[in-house]
Amino acid sequence: MEAAAQIDEREINWLKRGLVSGTPIAIGYLPVALTFGLIAGSTGLTVYEAVLMSFLVFAGAAQYMALSMIALGAGAMEIVVSTFIVNFRHLLMSASIHERAERSSNKSRALYSFFLTDEVFAVASTSETPIRSHYILGVGLVAYSSWVGFTGVGYFAGAFLPGIVQESMAIALYALFIALLIPSIKTQGKVVIRLAFLGALFNTVFSIWLSTGWAVMLATILAVVVYEGIEQVMNKGGLK
Amino acid sequence: MNLTLFWMIVGMAIVTYIPRLLPLVMLQTEHWPDWSRRMLSRVPYAVLGALIFPGILYINEAIWFGLAGGMAAIALAYIGAPLILVVGGAIAFLTIIQFII
Repeated sequence: MEAAAQIDEREINWLKRGLVSGTPIAIGYLPVALTFGLIAGSTGLTVYEAVLMSFLVFAGAAQYMALSMIALGAGAMEIVVSTFIVNFRHLLMSASIHERAERSSNKSRALYSFFLTDEVFAVASTSETPIRSHYILGVGLVAYSSWVGFTGVGYFAGAFLPGIVQESMAIALYALFIALLIPSIKTQGKVVIRLAFLGALFNTVFSIWLSTGWAVMLATILAVVVYEGIEQVMNKGGLK
Repeated sequence: MNLTLFWMIVGMAIVTYIPRLLPLVMLQTEHWPDWSRRMLSRVPYAVLGALIFPGILYINEAIWFGLAGGMAAIALAYIGAPLILVVGGAIAFLTIIQFII
C-alpha cells in the first residue's frame, strides 16, 4: 500500500513539473487562440462550434485553415482531407517521442498522444530522457486548457489585450522554441546547432513552395538524414 | 449546431489524432538498426530549427521585429533564464520597443 502511494506521489510530481513546463506554451497560445475565436465568430461559427473544434482537434494551423476554407465555401470532406495533410507531420514527432519516452501502457500513450502539438512535442522531447508519461500529460494539459479556454474568450471578447501587447505576443512561441534550443546547445554542443541549422535551412527552401506542415516535416527528415550521412562519411574518412 | 459542421469537426479530430497516436502505440523499434533510431532521437533539434526559421521573420510586417524578439530570447536563454522568463522577457522587450519607436 505504502509503495503504491509513493509511486502515485512521484507521478503527481511529474504531472506538476509538466504543468509548470507547459505554462510558456499556454502564454504563447493565448493570442493565437483569442484570434481563432474571434475569426471563428466572423466566419459564422457559433461559439459552441468554435470551442468544440479547439476541444476536439487541438491543432492551430489546421483550425485556421478550416476557417479560411469555410469562408471560401469549401466542402466538409475537403477540409477534413486538408487537415490530415497539414497534421501528418505529427507522425514524425510521435515516432520521435516513442524513442525517448518511458515504457508505458498503450492506454497512457493513447491519452498523452492527443496533446502532441508542435509545441508540446518541443517541450516534452527536449526534457530529460526517459520522458515520463505524466510529464507529457502535464505539459499537454496546460497548453490544451489555454487553447480551449481562450478560444471561447476570443469569440466574445476578441482582442481584449492592447494592440501593442498582442503584437508583441506573436514572439511568444518562437521565444519558447529558442529557450528550448539554447540549453540543449549548451549541454550537447555542435550536434544541436548543426541539426537546428539544417532544419531551418531546408525549411526556408521548402516553405517557398510547400505549405508549412509539409515544409517542416520534409525539412526535418532531410536534416536528420543529411546529418547522419555527413557523420557516416566523416567517420569512414577518419576525419573525426 | 449545424450537423455537417459537427461531423466535419469530428472528422478533423480523427485525422489529427491518428498520426499523433499510431507511432506511439504501434512502433516496435527495439530491433531497428542503430542509425534509424539515432535519426529519430535527433528529430527534436531539427524540428526546433524548422519551427523557428523562417517563421520568426514573418510575425510582423517588419522583419526586424521578429529578429529583435529572437535576439532578446537568445540572450535570456543564454544566461540561463527559465522558459517562462525567456518568453515573458521577449514579449516585454518588444512591447517596450514599440512604445519607444
